[in-house]
Amino acid sequence: MKQFTSNPFYKFVLFPIGQILVFILGAGITLSVLVILLAYIFRGSVTNLDLVERTLVILPKVLIDGITIGFVYATIALGYTMVYGVLEFINFSHSEIFMVGGVVGVELLRYLEAQGALASMNQYVVIALAILLGMFIAGSLAVTVERVAYKPLRNAPRLVPLISAIGMSFFLQDAVRLILGLTTGEFNVILPKFGTFDQFQTFNVPGVAAPVQLQNKTILLIGVTIVMLVGLNYLVNGTKIGKAIRAVAQDRPTASLMGINVNFIISITFLIGGALGGAAGVLFALKVTRLDPFVGFFPGLKAFTAAVLGGIGNLTGALLGGLVLGLLESFGASYLGVFTQGAFGAEYKDIFAFAILIAILIFRPSGLLGQTVGQKA
Amino acid sequence: MSKRLNLVIALLMVASLVLAACTGGGATEGGNENESGGGAAAPKLIKIATQSPLSGGQSLLGVDIKNGAQLAVEQLSGPLTEMGFTVELAPYDDQATPDVGVANAKAIVADPAILCGVGHLNSGVMIPSSEEYHAAGLAFVSPANTNPVVTTRGYKEVNRIVGRDDVQAPVAEAYAFNELGAKSVYIIHDKTAYGQGVAEFFRKAAEKDGMAVLGFEGTEETANFDAIITPLLAANPDVVFFSGIYNQAGVFFKQARDAGYEGTFMGTDGMDASGLADLAGDALVKGGGMVYTSVAGPASAYPKAAQFAKDFEAKFGAPPQPFAAQGYDAAAVCLKAIENAAKAANGEIPTRAAVADAIRALTLEGITGTISFDSIGDLPKAKYFIIKVNATTGAEWNKNEIVAELEFASPGMGE
Repeated sequence: MKQFTSNPFYKFVLFPIGQILVFILGAGITLSVLVILLAYIFRGSVTNLDLVERTLVILPKVLIDGITIGFVYATIALGYTMVYGVLEFINFSHSEIFMVGGVVGVELLRYLEAQGALASMNQYVVIALAILLGMFIAGSLAVTVERVAYKPLRNAPRLVPLISAIGMSFFLQDAVRLILGLTTGEFNVILPKFGTFDQFQTFNVPGVAAPVQLQNKTILLIGVTIVMLVGLNYLVNGTKIGKAIRAVAQDRPTASLMGINVNFIISITFLIGGALGGAAGVLFALKVTRLDPFVGFFPGLKAFTAAVLGGIGNLTGALLGGLVLGLLESFGASYLGVFTQGAFGAEYKDIFAFAILIAILIFRPSGLLGQTVGQKA
Repeated sequence: MSKRLNLVIALLMVASLVLAACTGGGATEGGNENESGGGAAAPKLIKIATQSPLSGGQSLLGVDIKNGAQLAVEQLSGPLTEMGFTVELAPYDDQATPDVGVANAKAIVADPAILCGVGHLNSGVMIPSSEEYHAAGLAFVSPANTNPVVTTRGYKEVNRIVGRDDVQAPVAEAYAFNELGAKSVYIIHDKTAYGQGVAEFFRKAAEKDGMAVLGFEGTEETANFDAIITPLLAANPDVVFFSGIYNQAGVFFKQARDAGYEGTFMGTDGMDASGLADLAGDALVKGGGMVYTSVAGPASAYPKAAQFAKDFEAKFGAPPQPFAAQGYDAAAVCLKAIENAAKAANGEIPTRAAVADAIRALTLEGITGTISFDSIGDLPKAKYFIIKVNATTGAEWNKNEIVAELEFASPGMGE
């Protein structure tokens, strides 16, 4: 067994992927069983349609929606949780880093379209370029924000950088609004149509009556985020830099006594968190087809919630929290309307998701997997 | 350390101040005019305010309301100029946001040179802002607000030159039921005073006709509509009625069509902007297509607006969006009422109350038809259009065709 666990392929590829699968299956199956049970219980009270049948028909799509948005939340949540790990404050401008990443990626696509190059280029090269540029700009921006708005406040009481972060968030929103609005006053960033990302792949799943349809961009989104999550896991747990990040998170003064350049490590943390946020922004833009400067607010808030749900400061927790929150939200939004016959609709999805969040935090105040900052003095 | 910290904070503050000054746009413009105007021709200066979204997702419509009003001030202020007045437009940017609208309204009523106003685009902004206008006795003429509450509060200062949602929504429903033969509908609204209001009126009319309402959802979502589309696809309604504004609806239509919805999309006048086609693309013409009702037809729907459309394009370099002609007429109402009130006041600057009274007494041949007001400030009879979308890009928006044009009396204070 020991031999097996020390195998790097197992440790850095199989294990994290297995972990993700377990999280998805665990949360997905629990919720599915719950709604099917509820459907049987309430079957008699709904007269105009067969509740059980309706529940089963939309179940695959609800799961896919939830997993997709869950991965987006998880990828953003990692940025919150990493920064919390090393600095112990909530970087509220992270939602704007996410937005900037998406806007930069889409603007690249729009530029390519204006040059007439978009249609002739390989769609995967194009999207890879957009993601990389989004990651680069968002990562650099995150580092800059840290240098300008947080570093001077590092020894101030913890509320001070928090307020600085909120200010930075407004500043970035309005700066992007100003830049995008310069020419026309309109700041919708619309994704140009290209490639085959809108098309469907059809899978016949045994045991499910209707074939399950997945859009190419959904597959791309899930695939790319899994690769990034595995990469991050390797970076944090398998490299020297990762060791240094963990050391700084555990005890900053001692880490600096051990010869770790704390400022550099903090910058690296922001760079990684920002780059992940930027990539999530581009993938989110591909999915929703339109961005504006304020689009980061809700995903950012949800991702922050996901980080708290999983246990803030805990990387695995952020992943689990994101997936659970995404699934909760998707189940709540899709089934509330069906079960209450329209009395409560998708508009109550956030109330539903947050009620469950509060319930979980009452019983596990440190989140599902617990915080990992306990060793601090 | 602390010196550096101070420097950074100071720099950030300066930067955000500069930014605020730049993005403040309309409001700052108005403020500046205030100062310069106060010095030069103070006693004879008359200003007409506009409030509409000049920046943001709904700015296409909002900017053209302002531009329409500006054109009216330039073309129609002759009689007032002859009487020795200087007429200026004071544009304010309400950002389609109630808070901003109310803050601007406070600035507007505090400027004694402003005697009349044109605005807003959004009922949800108009309703709270007009409380300020009412308290200050300042008359406003709305070029676009359709929520009944705008006028049913019975304020003397609040008028509109378009139809109302409690007529518009039943008109849309009747078209869906009779012309499209729809048996079932899924209603989605944007949780604003306008959107939810229209949606409720539509639901009432649908239930009366026996059309099945398969869903009734409100959402503020602007990006990811998965959670609404999944149950919608399972319910598979003949018609999806989206009651909201184009910038949200466009994204929703595109995602719903991509996900495989084949029926007809419907909407109301909030859909009437070329930006809808930019956002939704061919989702609007595929499947069952897209139809919307409007209280404001395109400029081509009004025989007298041809010259206006020509002048507008010559001045602003693009054809007018819907509501631009209404912006022009609303400003024309203001100008004519101020002129009448000034004559009654022997050429002196009239009071705001006199202007408000003059508006209610007025009958004006506008470019969108004959304008007069009933006792609560509605048109006695308003026009409603049903328009089918043929455009797949914003540039083709004028290819949309009017499939029906109807005239209904205002329901007054009723319901």
